[in-house]
Amino acid sequence: MSATTVERAAMLTGRGLVKRYGHVTAINGADFDLYPGEVLAIVGDNGAGKSSLIKALTGALQPDAGTIELDGRPVHFHSPLDARRSGIETVYQTLAVAPALDITTNLFLGREIRRDGLLGKLRILDRKAMRTEARNQLDALGIATIQDITQPVESLSGGQRQAVAVARAAMFGSKVVIMDEPTAALGVRETAHVLELIKRISNRGLPVVLISHDMPAVFEVSDRIHVHRLGRRTGVVDPKKVSMSDVVSFITGAEEIPDEAIAW
Amino acid sequence: MSMSTTKSGTTATVDTGRRSDSVRALFARNPVLGPTAALLVAIVFFSFATSTFANVDNFSFIVQQSIVVGTLALGQTLVILTSGIDLANASIAVFGTLLMTRLATGHLPGPVAMIVAIVACAAVATLSGLLVSRIKLPPFIVTLGMLAVMTAVTNLYSKGTTWPVPDGLLTWLGTSLYLFGRVQFTMGMVLAAVLFAVTWFVLAKTGWGRHVYAVGNEPEAARLTGIHIDRTLVSVYLVAGVIYGFAAWMALGRTPTADPNAYQTGNLDSITAVVIGGTSLFGGRGGVLGTIVGALIVAVLRSGLTQMGIDSNYQNLATGVLVIGAVAFDQATRRRSA
Ligand SMILES: Nc1ncnc2c1ncn2[C@@H]1O[C@H](COP(=O)(O)OP(=O)(O)OP(=O)(O)O)[C@@H](O)[C@H]1O
Ligand SMILES: [Mg+2]
Repeated sequence: MSATTVERAAMLTGRGLVKRYGHVTAINGADFDLYPGEVLAIVGDNGAGKSSLIKALTGALQPDAGTIELDGRPVHFHSPLDARRSGIETVYQTLAVAPALDITTNLFLGREIRRDGLLGKLRILDRKAMRTEARNQLDALGIATIQDITQPVESLSGGQRQAVAVARAAMFGSKVVIMDEPTAALGVRETAHVLELIKRISNRGLPVVLISHDMPAVFEVSDRIHVHRLGRRTGVVDPKKVSMSDVVSFITGAEEIPDEAIAW
Repeated sequence: MSMSTTKSGTTATVDTGRRSDSVRALFARNPVLGPTAALLVAIVFFSFATSTFANVDNFSFIVQQSIVVGTLALGQTLVILTSGIDLANASIAVFGTLLMTRLATGHLPGPVAMIVAIVACAAVATLSGLLVSRIKLPPFIVTLGMLAVMTAVTNLYSKGTTWPVPDGLLTWLGTSLYLFGRVQFTMGMVLAAVLFAVTWFVLAKTGWGRHVYAVGNEPEAARLTGIHIDRTLVSVYLVAGVIYGFAAWMALGRTPTADPNAYQTGNLDSITAVVIGGTSLFGGRGGVLGTIVGALIVAVLRSGLTQMGIDSNYQNLATGVLVIGAVAFDQATRRRSA
């Protein structure tokens, strides 16, 4: 790979991020670092603030305080569109799909392919190109159980919907791919597919952020594990130096993270 | 839920589920199918039940009668697709008829009077859109208020009386054409057809159209995928306002007087047409083809029942039952597919 530089520089960082909802502090001075090419898992209890953290990083919510840098430059994402334009693709926990619309439309929502020339200037869509591309992407992801890409997303199973959201992120991510519990509704086989996909995206050289409660999955794919607790990062550990049950106790706060396990 | 717990054979589960749902899925994916079938049944029924219904003049008359409310319903469709509602549409159009007429009477050239009035209709509707999108007020409340405001403004501006429309462009849409020397068309019918065709095309074939559906169906998903919800909403009300302006022009083609008390139930009639046409009040489902069918169903029922000599109260009753039936059907398909 291209990793010939001696000193690693984080490509996406957050410092001192804060987000309050009334009395609830969802993010409480959280830090975040993502290095080029790595798979970073984020683990933490329900309500620890994982989703809020990645929403703040991707412009889906505006933090009350803190800074975000992409490739060493400060960025202010005013909307998810800004982050997408910078090449950051996110599978939100809520999936962000419109159930009544068909699969192809959902894959290209907000980024439709237009026809060439005058028709494109009139904003007319190239639906054929979108369908072909959608088909190719779903096939490439091994999501073969979706036969008809013109069917509405609501006619899909929960797992297939998740697959559509994952496919969209994989398709458009050019810098970072973030997935918030992408396997929560998936069966064993489908989960394996998504983990496979994460490895493939990572092999393309893109860093991947994976939020998950599924410890075996986290240990299978991640290079580092970011432990999130009570709205902030309590540490980042190397999965090769700790066990799954260690990580569970870091999450609950039953155990402190030992220095030798830390992988900043 | 049950699917992810079935460890083996997810595909098989999905397939059998799909087959037993196939009829429902067919209707869910082609929402125009049900209303179209109903329209055909009504036409066939009245053709046998009366001797006067099934002839070309009657059909032409039915369409002529539907174009103003149908065009109001076209704008209404756009608003309802965003899960909004526009109670002010007819009052905006009626204001448009008075503005056009009085400006033209006051020596402005017809085309200028017409354009000013259409722009004014668009501006009023856009204001509703801004209140809905920027201040996040419920569309029902915003347009209820706008209905009262526009009714008052129209009454003040008209001094409470009707105004005769000067001949020329403003009444031109009443001009008749005869196809094969037999079938009567008015220019108003042609304009309504063009407006429906253009709106259908834009909704089906452009990114804006997709965004209108997405915003209505799942606003949070639309936001997260980077669609500008505010801009989409405002543009929908603006386009609807332009359509209401055209409806005003059509109204003058039908009756060449501008009447501040005309189309008082136009707002509800337009909602009726949209809903019977299969567009969901919850937003994101349906479209303008259904609205054409919905408007025609209402007009066919009225015409047919009148010709059978049935009291107009029963016509209203039938329409009311249809509205409730249509919404119940929509609710049922939504619940099953969600
Ligand atoms: N829009 C909101 N309004 C109010 N409170 C919110 C909102 N979003 C999140 N919160 C609160 O912020 C806290 C963190 O929520 P968040 O969704 O980030 O947790 P999480 O770590 O992703 O949890 P999970 O593992 O269950 O997905 C919770 O207490 C939650 O109730
Ligand atoms: Mg979460």
